[in-house]
Amino acid sequence: MSAPAGSPPRAAGARSQPKLGGAAASGAAAGPGPAPPPQNGPAQNQMPVPSAYELYSQSYSIPSGHHFQGPGKMTSLPLDGQCGDYYSGFYTASTQNAVTPKTTHQPPGAEQVYGRLLPAPHSAGSTPECFQGAASPASHLYVSASQPSSSFVNHYSGPAMYSASSSAVSQGFPSTCGHYAVSTVSNAVYPSVSYPSLPAGEPYGQQMFTSQNASTVRPVRDNSFSSQNTALSRPSPLPPPPPQQYHQQHSLSGYSIPSWSASGPPSAQDNLIRNHAGSLPPANNNPTNTVADSLSCPVTQNVQPPKSSPVVSTAVSAASSARLPPTANHLVEPVASVTQPSELLQQKDMLSSSASSPAPDPAPEPDPSPAPVPTAPQPSKVAKPFGYGYPTLQPGYQNAAAPLHSGGQPSPGYSGFQQYAQQYPGMNQLSSSLGGLSLQSAAQPESLRPVNLTQERNILPVTPVLAPVPNLNLELKKLNCSPDSFRCTLTNIPQTQALLTKAKLPLGLLLHPFRDLTQLPVITSNTIVRCRSCRTYINPFVSFIDQRRWKCNLCYRVNDVPEEFMYNPLTRSYGEPHKRPEVQNSTVEFIASSDYMLRPPQPAVYLFVLDVSHNAVEAGYLTILCQSLLENLDKLPGDSRTRIGFVTFDSTIHFYNLQDGLSQPQMLIVSDIDDVFLPTPDSLLVNLHESKELIKDLLNALPNMFTNTRETHSALGPALQAAFKLMSPTGGRVSVFQTQLPSLGAGLLQSREDPNQRSSTKVVQHLGPATDFYKKLALDCSGQQTAVDLFLLSSQYSDLSSLACMSKYSAGCIYYYPSFHSTHNPSQAEKLQNELKRYLTRKIGFEAVMRIRCTKGLSMHTFHGNFFVRSTDLLSLANINPDAGFAVQLSIEESLADTSLVCFQTALLYTSSKGERRIRVHTLCLPVVSSLADVYAGVDVQAAICLLANMAVDRSISTSLSDARDALVNAVVDSLSAYSSTVSNIQHSVLIAPSSLKLFPLYVLALLKQKAFRTGTSTRLDDRVYAMCQIKCQPLVHLMKMIHPNLYRIDRLMDEGAIHVNDRVVPQPPIQKLSAEKLTREGAFLMDCGCVFYIWVGKSCDNTFIEDVLGYPNFASIPQKMTHLPELDTLSSERTISFITWLRDSRPLSPVLYVVKDESPAKTEFFQHLIEDRTEAAFSYYEFLLHIQQQICK
Amino acid sequence: MEAVVFVFSLLDCCALIFLSVYFIITLSDLECDYINARSCCSKLNKWIIPELIGHTVVTLLMLVSLHWFIFLLNLPVATWNIYRFIMVPSGNMGVFDPTEIHNRGQLKSHMKEAMIKLGFHLLCFFMYLYSMILALIND
Repeated sequence: MSAPAGSPPRAAGARSQPKLGGAAASGAAAGPGPAPPPQNGPAQNQMPVPSAYELYSQSYSIPSGHHFQGPGKMTSLPLDGQCGDYYSGFYTASTQNAVTPKTTHQPPGAEQVYGRLLPAPHSAGSTPECFQGAASPASHLYVSASQPSSSFVNHYSGPAMYSASSSAVSQGFPSTCGHYAVSTVSNAVYPSVSYPSLPAGEPYGQQMFTSQNASTVRPVRDNSFSSQNTALSRPSPLPPPPPQQYHQQHSLSGYSIPSWSASGPPSAQDNLIRNHAGSLPPANNNPTNTVADSLSCPVTQNVQPPKSSPVVSTAVSAASSARLPPTANHLVEPVASVTQPSELLQQKDMLSSSASSPAPDPAPEPDPSPAPVPTAPQPSKVAKPFGYGYPTLQPGYQNAAAPLHSGGQPSPGYSGFQQYAQQYPGMNQLSSSLGGLSLQSAAQPESLRPVNLTQERNILPVTPVLAPVPNLNLELKKLNCSPDSFRCTLTNIPQTQALLTKAKLPLGLLLHPFRDLTQLPVITSNTIVRCRSCRTYINPFVSFIDQRRWKCNLCYRVNDVPEEFMYNPLTRSYGEPHKRPEVQNSTVEFIASSDYMLRPPQPAVYLFVLDVSHNAVEAGYLTILCQSLLENLDKLPGDSRTRIGFVTFDSTIHFYNLQDGLSQPQMLIVSDIDDVFLPTPDSLLVNLHESKELIKDLLNALPNMFTNTRETHSALGPALQAAFKLMSPTGGRVSVFQTQLPSLGAGLLQSREDPNQRSSTKVVQHLGPATDFYKKLALDCSGQQTAVDLFLLSSQYSDLSSLACMSKYSAGCIYYYPSFHSTHNPSQAEKLQNELKRYLTRKIGFEAVMRIRCTKGLSMHTFHGNFFVRSTDLLSLANINPDAGFAVQLSIEESLADTSLVCFQTALLYTSSKGERRIRVHTLCLPVVSSLADVYAGVDVQAAICLLANMAVDRSISTSLSDARDALVNAVVDSLSAYSSTVSNIQHSVLIAPSSLKLFPLYVLALLKQKAFRTGTSTRLDDRVYAMCQIKCQPLVHLMKMIHPNLYRIDRLMDEGAIHVNDRVVPQPPIQKLSAEKLTREGAFLMDCGCVFYIWVGKSCDNTFIEDVLGYPNFASIPQKMTHLPELDTLSSERTISFITWLRDSRPLSPVLYVVKDESPAKTEFFQHLIEDRTEAAFSYYEFLLHIQQQICK
Repeated sequence: MEAVVFVFSLLDCCALIFLSVYFIITLSDLECDYINARSCCSKLNKWIIPELIGHTVVTLLMLVSLHWFIFLLNLPVATWNIYRFIMVPSGNMGVFDPTEIHNRGQLKSHMKEAMIKLGFHLLCFFMYLYSMILALIND
């Protein structure tokens, strides 16, 4: 906002973050006294806002008047209370969807991991600065805050007076009050706030509170807020809060100084946040959450105060006393402190259950040492000044980079963080306590450090490899999209195609757009603000030219800010478009209006197409399926319109009439498979709720209906045609269960596999489909918004490459269970059971389309994943599920020299299972670099390897497998030789890679030994094709495990470095390299291959381990086939199990566990995954390096 | 007799020119997002065989009527057409596959191919026209 007024302050803020304190100090000097520099940060940052208030005071007076209209209007304040009740309000809302059905709101968690790094210091640092002294008795603060409330009332009525004297100031103040109020509202009810109407909050407020309550609450907050003011201004904040009257005076006096007060309120607010965070009882997670929230999405920062103040409001509502505010509050205090923890617990549950990342909750440790670090978060805020544009960003970015080069700090991502850490010793403690999750130190200079690959024996880091963080300034870094959803192979985008070609690295994006998120701002708004020419959604990386215009960051068009957007529902203030949640979060979800619908949103429709031929009945999958369906019938995502249907087939097709009113399910057989028709089109897909009894009857009967069948044929093609006919009026999801090669009717297939060729090193044939029937069918389905999911449970070759087409192009998913048998192969049966559970209950989006946009100059040319590319950048996804990943290859068409940042935006438009049209938007921002060294410094090696794997799959299908393998090897050879010839000036005789690429050869070798690409080892064609399908549609995290499994030694698990998830201690053993040299006979090892776990037990493994964990007295008594770990009452068993459970969580494919004894025949499977070792057909890692070196020298 | 051969070739060539123009228009429609890939590909795949036959017939006609130069000129293009048709993978829906047309710059290469063919056919058109007039005069 200062931008329109003239940007000097902002510029200063953006550039010299460290100095900020000093600059601010002068600002604060106007106030009561000199404060420690960090403190001043907020004041300075927020400066622009108030100034804007002044500027816009005219227009402003309307909203503020609104607030101040007196008792009558006060009813709207309930919100306030509610918002205050952030935890209870928001979180309960999220848990009980009943309150706000719209919310598909997930608890905080994975998303935040990212932010947490920084936030933790935030809370820790800020605590001391304010009321730390008073912090331990949490109530203290509140007391001081609340007491004034009575006087506050004066204050409240006072505003009129104020405004009389100086309108600017008074308005500034009320607006901030409003700020709290609204922010809470929108957060508490995040999902369903409708912005357009100013008093929108009211209904919500009424939902929860009486207006009386609210009005009592409100003053409290306000006052605490003003007292905060004083806190800030007082030089030494440590002494316990003085009597509130003193506060009052202070705040008043504060106001009397216009310049100060202008900047005051916001900063105070900031302080308030901290105070609260700090004042909470140390043991609970509150700080975590608050902090995490605040970081993960800046918007929530506004919300902080409400969050903590909920204490008050809950209390009030609990006490339900509309007594005089002061007394009421007094009573309240204790209550509040009681209530909060419980809520927190709840929340924590959610949090931890969803915490998929290895990141420990950084917050739990309430840093007792008053580390004066608050500056850390501030720079970002500073950098966010209102009208920032590209030009100003660049310097910021350079600035951020500069210190990195000078000091040897860890990963670029956390550079800023580290920087501050050095300044303030307290930070170091913290960062060390963050332990595992913080950065395997690969820093900016570090990422370019030349590594001699042949000399380095332990190339694999012991902690999981984290995504490199783009080298942006802190503010943008914080706003940027989480790498779990959106990753680019090069985090520094080369300026020109020539530079990219010189680097010989693949450029592309890896997406996981529909990931289960734990925190997602949902926005309801009449107009969704988009660029008029390229239709980009407004995002945090646009620049506001002035109050009324914004410049698109993708096509650079200048757009008008619509009137509605000027109003910020979070702060309930007008004229702050840059504070809207859309501009504060890089991942948001919009509730779309009818403009985004071609037809009314479809209901959730599920059709199950089941193979019931002899083969299928023999395998016995029907029992498992029907059982899971019965269990999860009520958990199927959907609303009251949900429909379900069943079709079974062998050589004929059987339909089931489940129309409500029948006494039992009616089976209709169609034997004319050449021209399939629907016997009773209306009653085959029935409403789940109306016909539930019939459906249950059918599911109970199905497993036994075909037990004596002698029919061995399978007419899959006709059954699919029937399914298509059934689904085409609505669209939905078809789940196909198939157990053999389709042998009748359209789409019949012949066996193409020659078992003698399984281990051929030359040519692998038949990787492509045999017929276009399934592809055509899939495209037809896709056109009718129907996705086909394939479950292939076969013991023989079933031509998955042809069958998979039905899912590939209709955006379905593919599950494959080789040699499935419900009794002979219990581990597969269990796997099916677990995966079905996930499959049936996970989130689903219907009739979806995804569009990926990128900054002008870049273009996308190839897409990977399961979908149909409808037009150049539009992917048609009949269904979208949270486990689907996508990849896109990019090329640079025009030079990007005139820009310093590029952005990518994915917009996923879908119909939720509740019939809502929603748009999920992710925006990623990356810097552009002009030097080759920078390009190498920014390589995200995991993303690159996943993209290469996708490309190699395409290559092996379109040309040949050996071609694809060569291409993979060439990718390493080319990039390393390009690096050594251009960037490093070390002699060519050694194999040098930049640190960022040091794992590249290892991963490529792993790919070459992966089922999809390996040669020489016996691999069944279906297994190979399935591995290729997985590569194409798995999101990066899961794919990496498939490519390069993690090996842990588990016989000596320690609590050292363990993380806490869900109140459980999860040990974090170091990752071992995948080589037999790491296996000792005395140990036991766990290998995590993504979809399989192996526990290898050495021959002379310690008997206590075998006894305590495996439950057998000694090595000899361990059975050959062991797929379960018993839950024993020993510490080591508990540790092992909690570790495995933790690894298992949040996998789309539930991994099977095999206990492999040394010397058992099953160990070959295990040893195949030791990719650094030599096999008969493939290089060892060292040989592979020598091979590469040879190629480079050629 | 020779005149008849060239009149036929001329007409055939006109048809091929129109076909090339149609290909170009349809592909550029796809490029501009006016039609979707599915309908574009099914439209174009329909015309692959007529184009193939039309061109092969002229080529063979030239061979039969012993116009070696024109035959050799046509031969590469005819071979390419046949090769392209034969090499379609069994799982694809034709030379133009809706699932792949947006990948790896296929659209651009199809466009380029159509352009080259248009140029080639125009060249042939004038050649046949000239030969036809020459033949008529000789008659």
